[in-house]
Amino acid sequence: MPVKTIAELSCPTPLPVRDKVLLGHGSGGKLSAELIRDVFLPALQNPVLAQLNDQAVVNINGLRLALTTDSFVVKPLFFPGGDIGSLAVHGTINDLAVGGATPLFLSAAFILEEGLSMDELQRVVNSMQRAAAQAGVQVVTGDTKVVEKGKGDGMFINTTGVGVVPNGLELSADHARPGDKVLLSGPIGDHGIAILAQREGLEFETTIESDSAALHTLVADMLRVTREIRCMRDPTRGGLSSALNEIAAQSRVSIELEERVIPVREEVKGACELLGLDPLYVANEGKLIAIAAPGAADELLRAMRGHPLGRESQIIGSVKQDNPGLVTMRTTLGTTRIVDMLAGDQLPRIC
Amino acid sequence: MKYIDEYRDERVARALAAEVARRTTRPWVLMEICGGQTHTIMRYGLDELLPRELELVHGPGCPVCVTPLETIDKAIELASRPDVILVSYGDMLRVPGSRSDLFRARALGGDVRIAYSPTEAVKIARAHPDRKVVFLAIGFETTAPANAMAAWQARREGLTNFSMLVSHVLVPPAIRALMASAENRVQGFIAPGHVCTVMGCGEYEALVRDFCVPIVVGGFEPVDLLEAVLMLVTQLEAGEAKLENQYVRSVSYQGNLPAQQVMQEVFEIADQKWRGIGMIPRSGLRLREEYAAHDADRVFDLAALSADEPAECISAQVLQGRKRPTDCAAFGLRCTPENPLGAPMVSSEGACAAYYRYRRHAVAG
Repeated sequence: MPVKTIAELSCPTPLPVRDKVLLGHGSGGKLSAELIRDVFLPALQNPVLAQLNDQAVVNINGLRLALTTDSFVVKPLFFPGGDIGSLAVHGTINDLAVGGATPLFLSAAFILEEGLSMDELQRVVNSMQRAAAQAGVQVVTGDTKVVEKGKGDGMFINTTGVGVVPNGLELSADHARPGDKVLLSGPIGDHGIAILAQREGLEFETTIESDSAALHTLVADMLRVTREIRCMRDPTRGGLSSALNEIAAQSRVSIELEERVIPVREEVKGACELLGLDPLYVANEGKLIAIAAPGAADELLRAMRGHPLGRESQIIGSVKQDNPGLVTMRTTLGTTRIVDMLAGDQLPRIC
Repeated sequence: MKYIDEYRDERVARALAAEVARRTTRPWVLMEICGGQTHTIMRYGLDELLPRELELVHGPGCPVCVTPLETIDKAIELASRPDVILVSYGDMLRVPGSRSDLFRARALGGDVRIAYSPTEAVKIARAHPDRKVVFLAIGFETTAPANAMAAWQARREGLTNFSMLVSHVLVPPAIRALMASAENRVQGFIAPGHVCTVMGCGEYEALVRDFCVPIVVGGFEPVDLLEAVLMLVTQLEAGEAKLENQYVRSVSYQGNLPAQQVMQEVFEIADQKWRGIGMIPRSGLRLREEYAAHDADRVFDLAALSADEPAECISAQVLQGRKRPTDCAAFGLRCTPENPLGAPMVSSEGACAAYYRYRRHAVAG
């Protein structure tokens, strides 16, 4: 066999051409980031959008208004711990809350599939009402469209939220600095595993419930004890890993996590082992991460643990200077590994 | 988590690594066969704990990586037919074939569904008598019994709309091919614990004898792998070559007999092409004649479809432990998990993907 140098050896399999939207483009991972970078940002470019936060903050005559929008396509519509209606309320409130905004009003747009049972629709709307009332927000406008049978998946909901950010508060994913601490408000992976278990008909000794919850009162408690929070994120699609990778990239810092202190419920761990998934990439709907100045971290942790939705909060890592953009983790064995952002959806392994 | 945390204990792992270091007096090249083991080594940074003299090279045990190009092409071709529902394990969807992958086939309108178990594909076939349901049955001896069971069930129920596109590979003939190669560097093997859970470890006796090479059946947790490395180093330093079983909590000498029985009833041994390696005699499984009605190759007359494997792809060398993923000029630059050039970058069990995801900082630094 002729000897080849390493430079001559390369895998000649052709690149998949990106001329179609793939499911992975909606996964919250690298493909989603590419879509934003290559399609949306160049066309819609403006300084507010360019910040790429979960919410936009615009100044209108001195009033700092936060705006956010989110679409919900969850299947099944009803799952342990919630349904598409409560999720649509919580998700949008949380996108406002992690920007430090007090959520005030929501819009709700429904895309319904012909043939959807009226009873299911009623249950979803009632659930939205309950979630909104509990959170102290109102759904003040809406829209309904019906698509032909087979052209939708029962029901899609879009919610848009408006809130007000206190003056002087500047939370942004590009504000993390070396030395800062990373705080997490509780165990990860509950929502993603609850959905997956329901969808795949997996049964465990105890039912895993979605963590779907509105986080704005937790955020309010946090901001009451310190303003030294650099940024917050709710790690939904793409999980903890995607949220931290985004912060590391935008702030041009690295983040080092400590595996042994990252809380994961035993049931979730078990389900992940079974399915070959990594909880770091599984979605959450009622958790937040906060990057805070080192001096404020302990007080902030106490405040978080004092709130019912933050009882299991932990300081899970810190921000470093070297290797900007990289998230690493000290493993339980004391070695170091990368926590990468996934390309698309996490795929279950074969064996 | 009980039965898992014990095998991820830092104290135990470090003590084992220290013992390996104490016993290692010269360089040894060890290969873990299974991609799941490679994944654990990378994820827990076990190479950081082991002495420099030990080189761990990664074997061909990633089912996604060794599935031949033409199987992927056939699956894509089937998925594009309007009367077909193609059902697959999730990992396979991103693997590039000659021109496309199954994700793209789905975006172009193909009905491609992900399943955790082949019996789900049988269920889909029952529910859609008007459609032809094809399960992409790939993998090692681990997935073979469940895949066999699906075909067995379909035949028993007379589900004429269910078939399987089969590309099954076997571990012992692959080890034999590696050892027989003039370029082999491997001096000891960690055999795949899940494969041996099904097949037992008896099959490996002949390899130990014929090539005078130590083989230890190993598990998948950090402590399992460090213990297996320790057992191999102990043998190598003493000049011994034995078959040993580290993964006793799961592997018995005979293995899972009912599983083997259903495999035998449904499949027969055949020559098999491995992506990146080539044809290995008697290294695969195909459906027996009685199951011809459930063999997608025969049902859809696909056997003629073939794709030429690129002759000089470095993944061949990676899968045989001759080169490290980082030896490739494209690694991390033109070839990444979101733009995979070769199969080992696709699956989380692939050596290239494992290096990329967990270790590239160490490589760069």
